[in-house]
Amino acid sequence: MGGAITLRVAFGSQNPSIFINIYLENVSTLLEGLFNGLSIGSVLLIAALGLAIVFGLMGVINLAHGELMMLGAYATFVVQNIFKPLGEPWFSLYIIVAIPVAFIISAIMGLILERGAIRFLYGRPLETLLATWGVSLILQQLVRSVSWLLFMAIAIFCLLFFGGMQLIKRRADWSSLKNKAIALLLPLASGVAIAFYYLLNKNTALTKAWFSARNVDVTAPDWLRGGTDALGFQIPYARLFIIALTLLCLLGVYWFLHRSTWGLKIRAVTQNRTMSSCLGIPTDKVDALTFALGSGLAGIAGCAVSLLGSVGPNTGQNYIVDTFMVVVVGGVGNLLGTAIAAMGIGILNYLIGSGTLALILTNMKAPQSVLDLCFFFATSSMAKVLVFALIITFLQIKPAGLFPQKGRTAEL
Amino acid sequence: MSDLGRRKFILYGSTGILASLLLKGCAPGGGDKAEAPATPDGGAEPAATESQAGSEDGIKVGILHSLSGTMAISETTVVDAEMLAIDEINAAGGVLGKQIVPVQEDGASDWPTFAEKAAKLIDQDKVATVFGCWTSASRKAVLPVFESKNHMLWYPVQYEGQECSKNVFYTGAAPNQQIEPAVDWLLKNKGKEFFLVGSDYVFPRTANTIIKEQLKVKGGKVSGEDYLPLGDTEVTPIIAKIKAALPNGGVIFNSLNGDSNVSFFKQMQGAGLTPDKYPVMSVSVAEEEVKQIGAEYLKGHYASWNYFQTVESPANDKFVKAFKAKYGEDRVTNDPMEAAYIMVYLWKQAVEKAGSTDLEPVRKAAIGQAMDAPEGKVTMQANHHISKTVRIGEIRDDGLFNIVWSTEGPLDPIPWNQYVKETKGFACDWTDPAKGGKYKA
Repeated sequence: MGGAITLRVAFGSQNPSIFINIYLENVSTLLEGLFNGLSIGSVLLIAALGLAIVFGLMGVINLAHGELMMLGAYATFVVQNIFKPLGEPWFSLYIIVAIPVAFIISAIMGLILERGAIRFLYGRPLETLLATWGVSLILQQLVRSVSWLLFMAIAIFCLLFFGGMQLIKRRADWSSLKNKAIALLLPLASGVAIAFYYLLNKNTALTKAWFSARNVDVTAPDWLRGGTDALGFQIPYARLFIIALTLLCLLGVYWFLHRSTWGLKIRAVTQNRTMSSCLGIPTDKVDALTFALGSGLAGIAGCAVSLLGSVGPNTGQNYIVDTFMVVVVGGVGNLLGTAIAAMGIGILNYLIGSGTLALILTNMKAPQSVLDLCFFFATSSMAKVLVFALIITFLQIKPAGLFPQKGRTAEL
Repeated sequence: MSDLGRRKFILYGSTGILASLLLKGCAPGGGDKAEAPATPDGGAEPAATESQAGSEDGIKVGILHSLSGTMAISETTVVDAEMLAIDEINAAGGVLGKQIVPVQEDGASDWPTFAEKAAKLIDQDKVATVFGCWTSASRKAVLPVFESKNHMLWYPVQYEGQECSKNVFYTGAAPNQQIEPAVDWLLKNKGKEFFLVGSDYVFPRTANTIIKEQLKVKGGKVSGEDYLPLGDTEVTPIIAKIKAALPNGGVIFNSLNGDSNVSFFKQMQGAGLTPDKYPVMSVSVAEEEVKQIGAEYLKGHYASWNYFQTVESPANDKFVKAFKAKYGEDRVTNDPMEAAYIMVYLWKQAVEKAGSTDLEPVRKAAIGQAMDAPEGKVTMQANHHISKTVRIGEIRDDGLFNIVWSTEGPLDPIPWNQYVKETKGFACDWTDPAKGGKYKA
């Protein structure tokens, strides 16, 4: 930072007023700081956007959010590998295809999750927390061990069990048959699936894991590697791409929630579920749709972070704490709050972690003790400590976040 | 809705029992031929180890690595190498005419679990020795177990030194066999200004203390250092710091571990830190990691190891070929795997020389054991470390290393660091009971 920003504070000897002269010797350095803060914030925001909907609007503590991101990242990996043999003009476009694919895959998984587990647990946050944590473990292990054989065994089970249930459902005496049907179909379907699995277990072509426990490499296309010198400092293309993508997602979500019919319904159900139900809004469908949307956004986030970081079974866990932090600080149920919180945390993290804050304070001739403190926290791991401490303090003052929900909100 | 009546209870209960019966019936044939599963895909399968431990005429050895958790990615590759060595030895007739029977335990990336499983292997399975551990934290956790039971551990990973236990044989590099030559080479060829980046735990911090002392002596300069929490992927502040500290380029010494490496290299390229101005020397990036990060991001950077897959020697050709034949053409070999592979052979030679698997004779016989390893000639020294050749490799397009520098021959290990004040002048010699683990030379 070599004295690029000089903040001079002159204490008048008699005059109590403080003159602060800010010399921006190099505007681009300030811009660089801002840009870096924004790029950290945009990663936080895109990861937290889906959670802002799932946790913010629906009140579901979804600990599998990180794993939905991971699925998005793996979807990106698969799309990349499909495009690789196609050669150059096509390969560089794979990321454009990967975004909707990641969205759809994560959204479908979210839909299954909502229909299969979460819808039974609305209004019971603790059980939801445990269930989604379990789901996150299942998803992690799934990408480690999924192979064609496992995939087929699961498909056979689903086909037999759910197919059979559908067939029996057509009968008039369905409700009396339900328990017997489950008792019969469940062991039958699982038995056939397990037998199938062990019969073909020796076939190595089928049992070869798709991804294995190792990390996989997602290589950004050429036009997203490297950067430009436009403003006098290096701007990585990948960061620009993520900032643009984040903005696009934010606008898209805003438009969807505030300008579309379904968005209206989602907001209505969020505010008062019983009344919405009375007015003929299919709350069940709205719940499923909202959850799928949030999960899909997690998929897009996974696609985005695969450009910056590693893609492996543990990818999601690197982000889950940060995303909850952003949503809680922003104020549950408020998109604007989430956006501001993400940017704020990002910029703060950068200022402290890169030592910029310490430098500014040095130039302001702050007391030595304050300076020592700043330099102490000017490393990446200590900056995290300080940011968390600040967030805890902040939540003591404003327990409901930046923009708490006002008025009579529905019970979540 | 939720009243669980008697009928329902019986219904669900019988369903459950039926399902579990089915599962049992389908389980793979009762351990009739239980080859311990060194899964080629690194999948976590700690099962099916108990069954074969019963065979009468085998020699049981413990294999103690993380088969699950964060470290599984790395540690399963080492298990693969150890299993390969054991298979080869068994195929050639075993040790003292007996087959080696591996007993696998899962340390689960959790250090207390490592200690528990080590005690289990020793007390319950009565193994002849244990091959295991990866992180220094796990080694430190099992050390009291091996010392109190006076047992034997073989440890295959390069580490920070400052340790010399009677009960451990270290076949990875001591700092003077990896870090120090790398620093010397960088000073000579790449520049005097260093920036140190590492993960926030014991190995990088100790390694960087050593580097700082060494640079002080050799006339280099540390322009900055920073540590990232393990698993953190946001490296923007670090990159900004590097640019501020080294505006005209300089050397980056990288001891990051795990996922952070991927983020670091991907984002460095985006930020315009290219290998010609900012060469990175890594000590935890080997062939396996290059594959996961993507060679496109790493091309032109350096790593320092004792072994690369590209080492040209008949022993290495044989090793690479055997490994690929067993685990698949797309797999690569790397330094810790090679160290794990040779330590099984070194143990076998020691047992054969001692004529039994009794711990004390084997410990004595191990010292001085030499072999033509894939990395070149290695010899077990009196300080329980092995002499190794040091190499520096530049990463190529195909993800393998172009060896740009290597020592003339094997370098003797120095576990107690001579640059650090507290351990300067100390050495270790287990052949002389008067000297032991730490004596003033």
